[in-house]
Amino acid sequence: MSVIRARETMPIVDEPLRPERSRSAARIIDLLVRSLVPVILALIAGGILLLILGRDPLSFYSDIWHGGVQQGSWQDSAMRMAPLLLIAVGLIFVFRANIWNLGYDGQFLLAAAVLSGLGPSLAAHVPLWLAMTLLFAVAAAVGAAWTIIPAGLKAGYDTNEIITTLMMSFIGVGLANILVKGPFQDPAVNIPQTKVLALDKMLPAIPSTRIHVGVVVALFAAIVAYYVLTRTSFGLRVQVLGANPRAARHVGVQVRKLIVSSFLVSGALIGAAAAADILGVWGYARANWNPAYGDTVIPFVFLARLNPLAVIPFIAFFAVLSTGGDLAAQNANLPTDFLLVLVALILIFMTLIEFIGRRRELGQSYLPEGMREALRKPLIRRRAASRGASHEGPEAA
Amino acid sequence: VSNLFHQAVLTALISGGIIAGVPLMLTAIGETISERAGVLNLGLEGMMLVGAYVGFIGAYYGHSAWLGFLLGAIGGVIACSFMIVLCVWLGLDQIVIGIAITLAGEGITSVLQGAQFGTSYPRLGAPAEVSIPLLHKIPVIGPSVFEQQLLVYLTVVLVGVLVWVFRSTNVGLNLRAAGEKPEALDAAGVSVAATRSYAVLCTGALAGVGGAFLSIVGAGVFTPFMTQGQGYMAIVICMLARGKPVWVLVGAFLFGISLSIATALQLAGINISTDLVNMLPFIAIIVALVLFARRSYLPPALALPYFRGAR
Repeated sequence: MSVIRARETMPIVDEPLRPERSRSAARIIDLLVRSLVPVILALIAGGILLLILGRDPLSFYSDIWHGGVQQGSWQDSAMRMAPLLLIAVGLIFVFRANIWNLGYDGQFLLAAAVLSGLGPSLAAHVPLWLAMTLLFAVAAAVGAAWTIIPAGLKAGYDTNEIITTLMMSFIGVGLANILVKGPFQDPAVNIPQTKVLALDKMLPAIPSTRIHVGVVVALFAAIVAYYVLTRTSFGLRVQVLGANPRAARHVGVQVRKLIVSSFLVSGALIGAAAAADILGVWGYARANWNPAYGDTVIPFVFLARLNPLAVIPFIAFFAVLSTGGDLAAQNANLPTDFLLVLVALILIFMTLIEFIGRRRELGQSYLPEGMREALRKPLIRRRAASRGASHEGPEAA
Repeated sequence: VSNLFHQAVLTALISGGIIAGVPLMLTAIGETISERAGVLNLGLEGMMLVGAYVGFIGAYYGHSAWLGFLLGAIGGVIACSFMIVLCVWLGLDQIVIGIAITLAGEGITSVLQGAQFGTSYPRLGAPAEVSIPLLHKIPVIGPSVFEQQLLVYLTVVLVGVLVWVFRSTNVGLNLRAAGEKPEALDAAGVSVAATRSYAVLCTGALAGVGGAFLSIVGAGVFTPFMTQGQGYMAIVICMLARGKPVWVLVGAFLFGISLSIATALQLAGINISTDLVNMLPFIAIIVALVLFARRSYLPPALALPYFRGAR
């Protein structure tokens, strides 16, 4: 697959022949530049913003380093990676099919509420490994179930899934609160939360660290997703659907079935993210708890060009940023929501760099295939036409 | 006595529906303008929040609700100018930039509120209402509909103006063409980018005023994330209204009622969970989408950047 992708993104203009190695080295450098520059620019812009607010950006960023890496806090960052990575992989599945599942908050929180409601009583009756497996399965099923309505509407009537997933997300968040305050409420406490899992009933830690095995599960899921998306026919069909739904139908892909199944996989992975976070770190769910992992993951999914393996370092970076960001924001006397601004800045710089890159027609794009094609076509067409080699293509609009 | 009581509940319900509906109305009208022109504005939530914060600051320090609304509009315009530059002029992805604007709006308003007021949330007094002579004496409808903020009446007037603009002016025709068939507009010698820019500017200003109304009149206080998905609700209202301003008005009022139903029910002595009540508008939308899935309408060139010469 990677070979095909590389070929299809070859520049249209004839390049002077260069040694193979220097060209691939140039491509890697270009790839790195286009992935890292948005992050660096966002950090600089965020620093300027901190200066305007009268905070010291250098001490803010060094606090992030202290709180996210040093003195064993890297282990907290590693644990923060588990839910983030699972959500990222879940989003990659649908984004590759050019489907926008933006209902991650509802899927995540509802799965978290259900599994932490069932968790304590289940863990008391069955062996630990079985309880953990069952709870992961329950969470995945809840997450997947919450995508059924948007998936059905998209498959059946082509209803805009951005809207439906967002609406289902708000319902899911509300329902999670109702569950936590109602049937799953711990009767022993006054605050609205579920019963707390005993420490020995949670995901075991990797020997000689505090890091729970949920991180391993997440890394494994990323590897499996990479294999499925790049080495199997399912992955290819997802890719074709994302690139051009009409072409997909034409070559015999069952588009409706594929829309529903990629939605379900995505929801299941997001539900599993909730299981990794609750069973690994928290042990219970509180009402009105919303870590909003999904929002913050989106830019990194694109920066990694929808590649489940390439997203791992980005997620690691953000895990450090968000773990250390808690301490930094506290020290700077700012709300932790400042991280949202950083994430938004990364998104904006990413699209800008993408724009400049598109202008120069270099390397690959991190926009979903279909959108990328739609964006790039005019440039290619114009150039082809000006060279007198006009050709008819499928309608872009 | 029971009759009087029912009247009070009904009055509270309608009046609350209008107060909660106006931000939705303004934002959804704005979204109608930009959706008709072919720009899907997922940044509405962020624009509303910026408008809510800036408007609140204006009303708090300037002691004038109108200054607040004005600043709210300016805040919305500033937030949407990113959309104009990045999406309309440069043709970048509208969905990604929309998400970015929403995230930035959420983050920056929360940070500014935290930097300015810490954990205290100062309140504003309710601005004066305008009662319409004679009409405000009608039972139930009088005190709920005809004793409202001036901006409420202006919003209704705006809907009328918009109907006229869409139906019988060149501007409206250009806007629709930019969403339906931008090539045709370009061929007619009108700039697609300029038309879309004006449309998004209107959207930003209206969403900003909507947010300011929410913080100044609706809540009297600015709290981070206070819009709670109203920007997305506005998109759905506009989608279900199929771009027709009058239906936007009706839809926003109905969703306003479902937002304010909790207070009315508490007045009536019925206590149900606020979580359930907060879910109602979204459940209503999903039900509406499931029932009328075939009928919702979006312009064909929505969310597609326009490049001259592209086919």
